[in-house]
Order: sequence, then C-alpha cells, then structure tokens
Amino acid sequence: MSTDTSAAAETAAQGEPPVEMITLTIDDVDVTVPKGTLVIRASELVGVDIPRFCDHPLLKPVGACRQCMVEVPDAGNGRPMPKPQTSCTLEAAPGMVVRTQVTSEMADKAQKGQLEYLLANHPLDCPTCDKGGECPLQNQSLSHGYGESRFIEEKRLFPKPINLSAQILLDRERCVLCQRCTRFSDEIAGDRFIGLLERGAKQQIGIAEGEPFGSYFSGNTIQICPVGALTSEDYRFRSRPFDLVSSPSIAEHDSCGSAIRVDHRRGRVMRRLAGDDPEVNEEWISDKDRFAFYWSTQDDRLTTPLVRDPESGELEPASWPAALAIAARGLAAANNPAVLTGGRLTLEDAYAYSKFARVALGTNNIDFRTRASAKEENEFLAAHVAGTPVDVSFAGLERASTIVLVGLDAEDEAPVLFLRLRKAARKGVKIVTIASHETRGSHKMHAELIAVEPGSEPEAIEALELDANAVILVGERLGAVAGGYSAVVAKAETSGARFAWIPRRAGDRTAVDAGAVSNLLPGGRPVTLAEARADLAAAWGIDSIPNTAGLDTEGILAAASAHQVDALVVAGVEVADLPDPVAARAALGEVGFLVSLEVRGSEVSALADVVLPVAPPVEKSGTFVNWEGRLRPFETVLANQNVIPDLRALAGIAEELGRPIGIRTVQQAASEIEELGRWDGKRPAFRARKQAKATAKTGTVILDTWRSMIDDGRGQQGAISYLATARDFVLRASAATLAEHGIENGGQVTVIGPAGSISVTAEVAKIVDGVVWMPENSAGLRLVDTIGAHAMDRVRLAGGEA
Amino acid sequence: MTDTLTPVLSANWDQERSWTLEAYEAGGGYQALRKALTMNPDDIITMVKDEGLRGRGGAGFPTGMKWSFIPQDNPKPKYLVVNADEAEPGTCKDIPLMMASPHTLVEGIIISSRAIRAERAFVYIRGEVLHVIRRLRAAVREAYEAGHLGQNIHGSGQNLDLVIHTGAGAYICGEETALLDSLEGRRGQPRLRPPFPAVEGLYASPTVVNNVESIASVPSIIEGGTGWFSSMGTEKSKGYTLFSLSGHVAKPGQYEAPLGITLRQLLDLGGGMRDGSELKFWTPGGSSTPLLTAEHLDVPLDYESVGAVGSMLGTKAIQVFDQTTSVVRAVLRWTEFYKHESCGKCTPCREGTWWMTQTLTRLNEGKGQPGDVELLLDLCDNLLGRSFCALGDGATSPIMSAIKYFPQEFEAAMHTPSWELFPPANSTLFAKEVAQ
Repeated sequence: MSTDTSAAAETAAQGEPPVEMITLTIDDVDVTVPKGTLVIRASELVGVDIPRFCDHPLLKPVGACRQCMVEVPDAGNGRPMPKPQTSCTLEAAPGMVVRTQVTSEMADKAQKGQLEYLLANHPLDCPTCDKGGECPLQNQSLSHGYGESRFIEEKRLFPKPINLSAQILLDRERCVLCQRCTRFSDEIAGDRFIGLLERGAKQQIGIAEGEPFGSYFSGNTIQICPVGALTSEDYRFRSRPFDLVSSPSIAEHDSCGSAIRVDHRRGRVMRRLAGDDPEVNEEWISDKDRFAFYWSTQDDRLTTPLVRDPESGELEPASWPAALAIAARGLAAANNPAVLTGGRLTLEDAYAYSKFARVALGTNNIDFRTRASAKEENEFLAAHVAGTPVDVSFAGLERASTIVLVGLDAEDEAPVLFLRLRKAARKGVKIVTIASHETRGSHKMHAELIAVEPGSEPEAIEALELDANAVILVGERLGAVAGGYSAVVAKAETSGARFAWIPRRAGDRTAVDAGAVSNLLPGGRPVTLAEARADLAAAWGIDSIPNTAGLDTEGILAAASAHQVDALVVAGVEVADLPDPVAARAALGEVGFLVSLEVRGSEVSALADVVLPVAPPVEKSGTFVNWEGRLRPFETVLANQNVIPDLRALAGIAEELGRPIGIRTVQQAASEIEELGRWDGKRPAFRARKQAKATAKTGTVILDTWRSMIDDGRGQQGAISYLATARDFVLRASAATLAEHGIENGGQVTVIGPAGSISVTAEVAKIVDGVVWMPENSAGLRLVDTIGAHAMDRVRLAGGEA
Repeated sequence: MTDTLTPVLSANWDQERSWTLEAYEAGGGYQALRKALTMNPDDIITMVKDEGLRGRGGAGFPTGMKWSFIPQDNPKPKYLVVNADEAEPGTCKDIPLMMASPHTLVEGIIISSRAIRAERAFVYIRGEVLHVIRRLRAAVREAYEAGHLGQNIHGSGQNLDLVIHTGAGAYICGEETALLDSLEGRRGQPRLRPPFPAVEGLYASPTVVNNVESIASVPSIIEGGTGWFSSMGTEKSKGYTLFSLSGHVAKPGQYEAPLGITLRQLLDLGGGMRDGSELKFWTPGGSSTPLLTAEHLDVPLDYESVGAVGSMLGTKAIQVFDQTTSVVRAVLRWTEFYKHESCGKCTPCREGTWWMTQTLTRLNEGKGQPGDVELLLDLCDNLLGRSFCALGDGATSPIMSAIKYFPQEFEAAMHTPSWELFPPANSTLFAKEVAQ
C-alpha cells in the first residue's frame, strides 16, 4: 500500500541545488547553517530562544515588533554593527559574531525595553483572555521582561471586541500590531480582508477597504496571533488552555489530509488547530478543518442500533447482538447484495468493507462514489491511482514548471492544496486552470484561465503544451466528463508531464486504495487479474474472490430499482449527493434489505432495516490516504466505550454470517493492510480513447457547478459562525449571457431544470458565454435535488422570481 | 558680510514671475540641460560625484555615489523619485524653492534622469502645499511644451516623462521607502532594507530617491563646470546650500551660503537675534537633530563639524529659540509631533512616543515625579537605534539633548508648570507692550 518514504526519495531525486553552508558564532558557539538563514533561526539551532512576535517562519520577515534584537560585534567583515539588530531580518554571514540576550547586555536591555513598550498599552487582562496560558506575550514577558512596568500614564482604549467577520473577533487593545494576521492574509491566503488602519499609537487592524470580505483561511490568523487579540466566536471564553487535552489528528473534510490538533475537555472537543506538517499542510488549515467539528455531536447522532419492527414498521432500538444477527440474517438471505461506502471512511474501515463484500458477501458490487462518473473512471483509477506510491506531492508542486488544474477548483475543493499552489505561483510556477470561469481562487493564484464549456475539457487538455516537469492536477469532477481522464493520460504520455488525481473527500483516495471499488481489491489489485485475486485470496485464507468487476454506484442503484440487487449495506451516503437522488430514494425504498452504518441519522438510515451506529473519526483511530497517496494515521481523540468503528460492526455481521473477515480492531486492520502491501504486479492498461461528448439536453445555457467550501454539507452542520462566513449564493454568468436573457447584474434570475426551478441573484463573472455557474449545495438548495440538473446539463434562465 | 552669501538656487527668486519658463530661460535656465544632453551619462555621475554634492535631505549621503549604485545591467526600468515631502519641523527650503523656481528642479530632474538612465521620474510632493503643486505642474507642462520633457528631448534620443504625485499628509512618507510604498498606492510605511531602493525601489525596479534641493543643485554643477561647485564649502562638505533661519531671529528666511558657515555668521546676516533676545538653544537641521546652544555658535555648519558636537546638520533648518522659551514645552511640542506622525509599524516608535508625550505633558504641567528624567532617558535609549526607521531616532533627539543642556528646567518641572517659569506671552512680539 501507499507509504511515505517515496516522498522523501522524490525530494532527494528532484533535488534542490546544493546549499552553500556558512559558519557564524552565536553566544560563543559556532553554528553552520545554509546561506540565507536568518540569525533568529540559527540561534534556535544553538538552543537560544530569542523572544519574538512578528517573526513567523512561513511569512516574510518584517522586523516590525523589534523584539528579537541582538548585538552584532562583528558583521563578518571585522566591523561591528553599531545598533542592535533584529535577528528576524538579519541574514547570517560567514564569520559573523552574534550576541543574544544570553551574552550581551545591549541585546538584553533592548529586548526588555521592547517588551516594556509592548505592555505599556496592553490591557494585561490575562485572567480573562483566551490566550492566557498559551500566550507568547505572556510567556515572553515572564521569561524576558521586567517584572514591573514603569508606565503610569493612560493606556490607549478601544471599544472591544469588534467583528472582523462572523467568525473572527478582534480586541484591538490586546493587539501588539505584529501584522502576522495581515501578512498571512496577504502572503498566504491572498485574502486581504483585514488590513492596517490609522497610524501611530492609533494604528489598528481593521476590515480592509475595497477587498472582498472573508476568507476560507481566516482561522489561521487566530492561531498565529501571538496575543489574544484575535479570537473566534466559537471558542471565545469557552475554555482555558491548561484545561484542555490536546491530541494530534488528521482533518476529515477533504483529501489533503491536513495535520490538526484537537483540543478537548471533559469529553467535548473545544477547538481544532492546525498541526505542523511541512510535507503536507505546513502550518495552515482551512476554516472548515478548524471550525467544522460540531457535526458529530448533533441531536441526530445515533446512539444505539436500530431495527425495523416488522409489525409497526418503525425503527426500534435494539441490542448490538440482536441488530448484528438481524443484519446477518437479512444479508444471508440475499442473492445479490451490494455495498456503498461513501467517501468518508478511514483506510481501515474501507478495507473492512472491501473485505466484507468479497469474503462475507461474495460480491464485487462495491463502490465509494456518490457522484456521477464516466465509465472510464474505474479503469483510470485501477491503472494510475489505486495503491500507487507518492509521486506528485505537495512540496513537489513548488518545483514544477507548470501546474494545470482541470475539473478542480482548489480553493473550494482542496483548500490546503490551494495554499500550496498559491505558494508555488508566488515562487514563479505557472498555474493554468481549465474551467468555465475565473474563480476567486484562480485569480489569487494568478492562474491562466483556459475557458471552456463544462464537458469540453478534453479538447483543452489535448491542446496543452507541457514539458516533462509539468503537473496536471485532475479533480474528481473530470470523472464525469467523457474522455476527460483519457485526455489527461494521453497528454502525460506524450509530454512526460505527471498527474495526480484530486478527489474531494478524505475517504475517496482511501477507498480506492482499500479496494472499495467494483474493479479493485485492496492495494490496487485488479479484480480481473487472476494472480492478484489469488494473491489476495491466499492472504485472506479464502478459496476465491469473484472474478468479474461488480457494479458501480449507479449500477447498484439501478439494479436495486430493478430488484436485481436485493440487499444493500450502506455507509455514510447522503442520498441527495447521488447523481439521481429521486431514483436513489426509490431504489433504497425498494431494495429487499438495507443495512445502514451511520454516525448520524440520515435519509438512508430512515429507510434501513437495520441501523448500526458507528464512530466519527474523532472517536476512533484510523488512517486517511490523502490525494498524494500519503498515509495519514491518527489516534482516537475522545475515547468512547459505547461506539465502535464500522469495521467492528462489519466483523460482527460477518461472524454471524459464518464468514468472518478476521479483523476486529483498527490495529488489526492496519497491520493486515501493511502486511498485504501494495500491488506490484502488472496492472490493466488504461486505454486512452476519445469519447463523444454527451448530447446536451434542451435548454438555453449550460450549467456548471461544484460545492463551495463552506456550504450545506452535513459535515459542517452546527458550526454556526463558520457557516455565516459562506460566500454569497449567486449565479455567475457573463454579461452577455445575462443581457441575452434580459437579466441585470445583481437581479433575480430563475434557473429552470428538468425537475424544478430555483431563484437566485445573478452576478456577472468572467465566464464563458452560454454557461452559468452555481454552487451545488448552498443556501438550503441542493441543485441536483431541486432542479434535477448536473454540471454539463442544459438549463433555462428566466428573469425575476420563479 | 553679505559676501558670504552664494545665491545660486535662490539667485532668481526675486525675478519677475520667476516661476515661469520664460523668466527662467531668460536668466540662463535650461543651458545646463543642453550641455548635459551632450554628455555621457556616466560622465554626469562622475562629475556630480567629483564635485562632492551630498544629499540635502538630511543624511548627507553623496548623491553621485547613490546614482552609481543603480545597476545598469538590470533590465528593469530605472526611476528617479524626488522627495518633495518636506515636513520636518522647521524645515522650509524645498517648498520655497519649488514655489519660486520650479524649473530649477525640473531641469535638475531631466539631467539626473539622464545620468541614471531613467525614462520616468516622479516628484512626491506634500499634498498640503497646493499652490506649490500648481506651480510645479505648470512648470512641467511648460517644459513638455518646450520639448525639455517627453520623447527624444531636443533630438538627444533621451526620453523622460515626469509625474507630480501628491502625498496625503504623512511625515513618514518623507522616509524614502515609505515614500515609495505610498507612491505605489500602498500604506506609507518604511520597507525592510535590503533590498535598497537602488536595487529594488519603485515597482521593484532600480530607483534613486533624492531630495529636491539635491536635484535642484545639479544644473549649477553641470553649468559651473569642473571645480566650481567644489570650490565652495569645506573639505568633505562641498558646495553651497540653503540655510533656513527661523524663530527668534530678526530676519528669518532662506540664506544660501557655502557649507561650513557658522550660526554666528548666519545670525549676522539675519540681523541678529530679535531685539533684546539672547540665544538659548537651536536646532541645526530640524527637530530630529539634537539641540545645540550658544556655545556652538562658531561650529562650522557642515556634516562633519556638526556631527562632532553631537548633533547633525540635517536639513539645515535652523530654528533659533531665545531665553523666553521653555525647553520642556518646546520638547513636548516636538514629541507630540512625533507621536502624531509615528506610522505605527514598529513598537518602540509607536509606543515610545505615546508614552513620552504623556510623561512630558506631566512635566510641562509641573507634575513631574522623581525619576521621570531618568525614565525619559531610558525610554529614549530603548527607542534610539531600536526603531525600524529614523523617525524613532529623530524623536529622541530633542528630548535627550534638552535634558543634556537644560537639566535644571526638567528639575523645575517637578513642581512648576512651564507657563509659570516661561510665560508664553513673553515670547511674543508684543511682550514688551504687555509688560508696560
């Protein structure tokens, strides 16, 4: 299976140019560092902790707070620097002699003087401040400051706090004006929604004029604030750092696999922070990763197994043994069962479903997808994705010549990837996006837009001119475009460019690697390859594995409607996500026997015969495989004796069926997966082929759509302030398209699809004429469910309300 | 004594409509340009370097050397930016110069741009001086019409466009990198150096930032020829310059004289202290240069000599204060200015000026506390050389020098308000009538 080691190998192979090393002396200790290293970092290497506020290793030096001053008796040229120097802006030079507060009275006094200055106007309200206990200002005042202040004058006062956004609050009295927040917003996120206002002692952070309000990454400003000036609506006054238990974990909201830290107190998660993982998310996460963690504690959380009472027809609570036995009985009676796993499972759980389908149910009818996909997707995944080692990596993107995005709006769909792309762009990497329009994300990456109608991406890919150092990032949305993957593979073969598949959910690549796909077994083993089946059957200790590819999601649901599939095991699937929710509802209602494994009650569980409550990621351990193919293991944060992971429930059913899957714990699954390893035998070749574009249905404009990062997804429910920062719900269309339909910019437009219509505000965008874009699941409107149209479908527009 | 005056920049100020192109050219204006257009750019740099012109904005950095730092192999455009954001307390030389003879500056800009191979130059001028802005803009228009600006100037192949940009009232924008940020449309705050403007200045391109007077001096150097400019002044501070005499002097105004002249000579030229007045303290070059006293009357006003007595020549804005002035009150006013103008970027300047203003306010009110003077000196020590740019350093100059020369006044501030020790009415011109 996927491992991390290849990433390091890749780094070494691609290699940065050899680094020139220089030696300087800090507090009488010689230290050798790469040329260009700042003295403040070099000092860390000799174990000297220079106090600092504005300095941040991922932001450009600014030298604003003046806290980190050191004495430089020799600048490396034999001459002293007359004034103390800020070590955060001073590059180490060969032969330089630096004296920090440890050995220099000048440095020590300079630092103490700055701290006294910083505290002069600080309210010193540590006892009521969220940051108290984990505050760099508090800590450094104790370690490097005077015990007493000589300031007896009046402090600067501000009304407080003020909202910078629905989520972020600012206390200007606490602020030390280090500008980390504004620099982050400018340099990293590209959202200059906050800026400096006024000057002198009245200088303050405020909402920037003339800039779009809000940011998908605003929470990072709270985390890097070295004082308690920035707080979140959610966490403000809720807890003290020293009451919290911190656990490292992995964010479950997208395929980036960002490292996070989860802080909990008495069984409740109080907040989440970015973890520090230079290979993946550096020190940044999206607001979704940070604030959207209330979903698993909503009122509809399932707490006991439920079984449908044959007499009343209602779901009634049942004991685990009874529920498992009933589930097993129902599945045993089925002739042609199938499994839908959704895209949110851990590797261990997805592996358990994969094994359960083959071993306990004897079927390859298993799929993780809940979205439309062209037929070539399975072949593409089998040939180029499943169980492949890390090739294109986050860090590697920074060294690419060109990065092409297709079927992917990184800011909305893989926000941490967006940050890395923006970083690459700022380093000079050319970003190209093949899309219907320029989005805020592509604008912030300075991406070159190749504007195409949805569905015409293959032609645009064919027309690309790429070198071997280019990378194509293929979003899962391209999977719905006939010939999309074919075009990517063909382009990669002719140009030597590499590509990576970027799904949207944390469990998507995970499911592919676990074999929760109808043509794939764990580790990328192709179902159709006899030696792969034999290899796995031997490892699993069973006679054989079904030798033909099973049905995919759409096939399974169609077969269920037609009573060909007569039992379903469904995990974490939202009916409204499915390509045809109406048909799916009918199929789920008609299927002979339905087992639902869910964290919270859903449309599926409401229709199920047996409902088994399973643990959300925070209450179990597991592993996500991110889009790179990197394993992202995490441990249990909240130990809860009353919940079990999916795999434990599946193990129970399998035992009742008399066909045990041999794993009962996450650890067992993990070691079995590791033992199995990734398939190193041959793979079925992916035949790149041209495919006819799907014929458009009637209508005047083509619809383009995807999910905004902040939307109505169930994983975001309960995060009220976070949800309030969602972007406006609008329809984007070109001025010409609007004019053609007699609609004004900012006016109401009715979008009419095959199943219904919705009314929405129109906004002029840089978008291909004849194409309109709307978010898929925002403002209480599920596009597919409401109007019955998908991306690439034609819809009609009319002015005014419906 | 009038022999000591060397009117060059100010020579035409008394001409009829001196600000017009007609008057300027009638007095020989734009002859230096014609000469410069025949010169190799490097030769212009060498000449300005050899003649020893030093920056007149305060720091005194050799102008020719600054020009030679422009990397001519850099493919980006080169820019000349003229710092006309004159706002240093007491300083009033650039604005009268641009008011009376804007063409002197325009001619200097064209020659200097040729030297550094800039095809676009900017004047960043204080937004408050509307009348001067109008004159300067009119002069630029006239210069375009006369072919001194634009494409292929007088057939020389040299192109130059000149933009007059008005600031919005921030002292910090006189700091060259804050000026560049402001000129680019950003918040005016100083930039981190390196990179220096010569390498990455305006729009990240090689840029020279020079003071108005420096650039305005260039035509005279070209016209004067080798050895003319350097025949004036002292060994290391060559040439003539504008000394702006203000305060309790009989005839305040601009006195153009060689560097190295003394305040005693200047006061003689200015009619001495006003009636019945005696010199108490003075600033050699604006409020950011430490105060001097009567004991420094014979210090040659050049960069080295003023530095040797613990101050700086600065902008040569000599503010003269007599015995009626409370040094505590004067220092408070200046400190209030720095507090008001601190950009807020760095801690010591932002917080230090806020703090010291309050402490000085108490002292001014006679409410000083034991230890206040030591506290002020220590706060200055934590600001001087610790701030991001020189604004913070400048803020400490009046305080530290005032305490050095007039400790007894700060002692008195422990119990007596300044207005009792030095009634403000005594400083007025009508003080005598009031007394009678």
